[in-house]
Amino acid sequence: MTLLTDLWAHLAQTPLLGIFVTLGCFCAGNWMYQKTNQHPLANPVLFSIITITFILWITKTDYLTYFDGAKYIHFLLGPATVALAVPLYKNLHHVKAALFPIFATVILGGLFAIASGVGVAYLLGGSAETLLSLAPKSVTAPVAMGLSDIIGGTPSLTAVLVILSGVTGAVLGGAVLSLVGVKDKKARGIAVGIASHGIGTARKLNVHETAGAFAGLGMGLNALATALLLPLLMLFFT
Amino acid sequence: MLMYFFLLCALQLVGEAIVFLTGAPIPGPVIGMALLLLILIVKNGVPDGLDQAAGGLLKILSLLFIPAGVGVSLHFNLIAAEWLPISAAVFGATLLTIAFSGLVMKLLDKSS
Repeated sequence: MTLLTDLWAHLAQTPLLGIFVTLGCFCAGNWMYQKTNQHPLANPVLFSIITITFILWITKTDYLTYFDGAKYIHFLLGPATVALAVPLYKNLHHVKAALFPIFATVILGGLFAIASGVGVAYLLGGSAETLLSLAPKSVTAPVAMGLSDIIGGTPSLTAVLVILSGVTGAVLGGAVLSLVGVKDKKARGIAVGIASHGIGTARKLNVHETAGAFAGLGMGLNALATALLLPLLMLFFT
Repeated sequence: MLMYFFLLCALQLVGEAIVFLTGAPIPGPVIGMALLLLILIVKNGVPDGLDQAAGGLLKILSLLFIPAGVGVSLHFNLIAAEWLPISAAVFGATLLTIAFSGLVMKLLDKSS
């Protein structure tokens, strides 16, 4: 048993472990996602986060040790964000046909995301740290963390809230849109992109190319809109 | 394809440089995305290699969020103490935002 603990401690020193655990859980999660015909509840991100958190807890491995390896995966978010220009370009004809609705939806939806998140948490007694960290929760993680820092939140807490909001939209967004009678692929895509950024977009890219492109568009434009609006809103309220 | 992966990184780098030099409160990768979109519009097409490089990354997009998501373990105490406002905002407000945005787009968009 001590040999095993020693071995784990030794392997945890190398970046390999974080990468291995992340890829392993994701492959297992993805396998289940495919087995259930891509059922939204079998979301591989949700499965992986829960499983890895449990593994770290069981093995008493701290997050920073894990992240030392996992940061190589985390880093690829940057180039992947740039790559979203490709599906966007391929759907440019849809965008040109609906320029005004897209911009209006992003600005109204982006403001609604901030106001509803902060408002609900305020009414239920959230602390100032929580409220400030929640404000950018619908924006893609790298942007949200930067914004959280600018307005006085806690960036690492924001990252977690962002990802939980993303998973929520990926898992339940489709059902909510069907419930309120939104059937159009463009409207479904942009709504999930605005509220649930890249994780919602990844789900939409699985489901339909146009929905995926509009989710990417909603995510990208909302990142811009929130980055410009949130610091202004803060000046207004403080 | 490798060359196009280099292009994606290079555009992110340019984005980061623009952010650093101008102090714009927008993250570098988002500027990189806007630059790549401009390039594609000017070139009027997506080269095969870029399609593969971008497609490969986007296929595993959800994987890339996992390391930051596991950071939930850093904030267990705060989340446990404020579970009600946090879960109402994260679950309730996010789903409300999706419904609201979907309905606004449906009302405004007559192109479909």
